[in-house]
Amino acid sequence: MAEIDSSGTGGAQADRAEAAKAAALAREQLRARRKALPKFRNIGMADITPGVGYRLALPGIVSILHRLSGVLMFLVGIPFVLYLLQNSITSELSFQTYKSVVGSWIGKLVLLVLLWSFFHHLVAGIRFLLLDLHVGMERQQAANSARLVLAVSILLTVIAAVPLFGLV
Amino acid sequence: MTTKRIVTGAHYGTRDWLAQRITGVIIAVYAVIMLIAVFRLPELSYGTWSGLFVSPFMKVVTMLAVLSLIYHAWVGIRDVIMDYITPQNFPRFPAFLRLMLEVGTILLLIGYATWAAVILWRV
Repeated sequence: MAEIDSSGTGGAQADRAEAAKAAALAREQLRARRKALPKFRNIGMADITPGVGYRLALPGIVSILHRLSGVLMFLVGIPFVLYLLQNSITSELSFQTYKSVVGSWIGKLVLLVLLWSFFHHLVAGIRFLLLDLHVGMERQQAANSARLVLAVSILLTVIAAVPLFGLV
Repeated sequence: MTTKRIVTGAHYGTRDWLAQRITGVIIAVYAVIMLIAVFRLPELSYGTWSGLFVSPFMKVVTMLAVLSLIYHAWVGIRDVIMDYITPQNFPRFPAFLRLMLEVGTILLLIGYATWAAVILWRV
């Protein structure tokens, strides 16, 4: 196109060639920029905004504690409770063993953690059931119910701790 | 020309999602029943406490709660394994690692259930 230089249209053709060149350059730059971008799979907040810390929102805290308490009960809770059940119902003699285990400080401590795990898992589970029914889906409601779950599970643990530690 | 065809697999995800909620409710109800039963005991001693588990009815009800717990724990732990044992987190043998952990979880849970049955049927 450029060699057919008839006067009058030459300027327009030159402009078109310039524009094409500029467009090609822009495409090249875009390609280079895309290549330089980090590639993410399973993107998390930390990947998108390195160096910026995000505080886990209350519903997030409830959620991760639900998971943590579940794993804890799976690994420690079930075998410990079965061990206590076995000793407590097998014979008079084993019942005494059960009482001494529950009476020991380490036994009380393990039970206290497991009681919290159970209560948190239970109360948070009820909250999740309500969310399934689309109850309390609004942002503020969800934050409030998350706060309530944390408070109620601690309250229930304290109530259960009263007979456990012989405070009455 | 149009034929309705379900293209989204075996639906075991939906089934487990629902089962997780139903078994959870069963465990919670059993816990409340046990709590009431203990509070209704005239005194807390070996005789009264172990007496709760003597009847075959209570044994079976307890076992149903245990089995609900086992299924509930299976779905939950499998979800945890699926979330964290990924090719991103474990580039070397993710599938093998996941399989091993899942088999370990299944064996542990079947062991728990068997142990519970042994305890209950000894009383």
